[in-house]
Amino acid sequence: MNIPSDLKYTKDHEWVRIEGDTATVGITDFAQSELGDIVYVEVETLDETLDAEEVFGTVEAVKTVSDLFLPVSGEIIAFNEDLEQEPETVNTDPYGAGWMIRIKMSDPSQADDLLSDAQYKELIGA
Amino acid sequence: MKETALTAVHQSLGAKMVPFAGYLMPVSYAGVNAEHECVRKGVGVFDVSHMGEFLVEGPNALDLVQKACSNDASKLVIGKAQYSCMPNAGGGIVDDLIVYRVKEDTYMLVVNAANIQKDWDHISEINEHVGAELRNISDDYSLLAIQGPKAAEAMQSLTSVDLTAIPFYSFEVADFADIPYVIISATGYTGSGGFEIYCKNSEVEQIWNKVMEAGATYDIQPIGLAARDTLRLEMGYCLYGNDIDDTTSPLEAGLGWITKFTKDFTGKTWLETQKEMGISRKLVGFELLERGIPRKDYIIADEEGLGIGQVTSGTMAPSLGKGIGMGYVPVAFSEPGTEIFVQIRKNLLRAVVVKPPFYKG
Repeated sequence: MNIPSDLKYTKDHEWVRIEGDTATVGITDFAQSELGDIVYVEVETLDETLDAEEVFGTVEAVKTVSDLFLPVSGEIIAFNEDLEQEPETVNTDPYGAGWMIRIKMSDPSQADDLLSDAQYKELIGA
Repeated sequence: MKETALTAVHQSLGAKMVPFAGYLMPVSYAGVNAEHECVRKGVGVFDVSHMGEFLVEGPNALDLVQKACSNDASKLVIGKAQYSCMPNAGGGIVDDLIVYRVKEDTYMLVVNAANIQKDWDHISEINEHVGAELRNISDDYSLLAIQGPKAAEAMQSLTSVDLTAIPFYSFEVADFADIPYVIISATGYTGSGGFEIYCKNSEVEQIWNKVMEAGATYDIQPIGLAARDTLRLEMGYCLYGNDIDDTTSPLEAGLGWITKFTKDFTGKTWLETQKEMGISRKLVGFELLERGIPRKDYIIADEEGLGIGQVTSGTMAPSLGKGIGMGYVPVAFSEPGTEIFVQIRKNLLRAVVVKPPFYKG
């Protein structure tokens, strides 16, 4: 199971890359493998400002629908529109081309509350 | 949790195992889309040994099958199978099933795993007034479905029977994979052709291994329940528990073709009345016209957003690349071409009623 050490994680199996006050968010390798073939990523919250843990979208595998939760509060400033045509990128490259949204964080200190790679590894028993 | 005789085999193949109808079953191996395509274009093998089998024997065997099932089993000659359903007294469906005429006075009923006990109780009660010999052999028998356009060619070396000569919904009791007698049935739940093999639990691992060996040059793959569901839904085949249940009538479900009023059966009176009065709702297939995936229990609405029904099955159709589903709607909305809407989260998405199959081969 690939769990890059330069990323932060959530208990909802999302990864977060912090760069200044910007956070890029996707789902983890573990999450994509549990979901199976991803067929749809829906994000209708672009340009909205939401609190941490609010639902910002949904990811649909063939058999399941899962909500996506915002890891940190802020404005959703970008959605990876390539996923509209090629949602399977989330399976093949979850930490790269399969990124989902970018957030302009309203409180960058929230990043400290996220899980480290070691903590996430422990969470999933990897 | 029950297991099939092949659980260890599935685990060694890296299957994702899930509880289904009381059994630990493989839901996927390589991934549902790849498995789906494998069956549509090549050949794949499913372990569906969770399915139940009842044997009905003796001079009253036909009488019991006729009383319990809606289709006319008197039309079955030895070696033929028939899709049927068991209605309840109130016109709902206890289960859908396949009836095989194995010998002169022997029928095999193949029922859904989740309904084995319910079906057994139901048919045993009917049998109190009939007196056929009834046996539940579900725990002793396994079932492999070998499905796909290359199934006959890939499996031919395993049997002396000419596989291409078995007509659809017919079967042979013959040798297969060095087992002298199994049922080789030209049936399936995928719409891509192929066979179902009924054998004893003690025989199934040998058969599985030889099927994989013979199929290797055809790139045969193991297929899980997730692809079984997308394959059947692309054909518009009903899934018990989703599209039909104890409260839906076969007439509403589009199963009038297996409901024969020329003979007596449980629920006949109720269903005849319903037929005379006319049904008020109907199971339809629909395709989404916008991006989105319908799911079971989502609301079907009219153009004003008023709920008119519920989705009973839905998926992204792997062969079509769009959202498809089935659900009950008022008859006024059931004509192919009718525009309906599906409530998906906050949005009402446009959809159109279509006549299944969605996948046309």
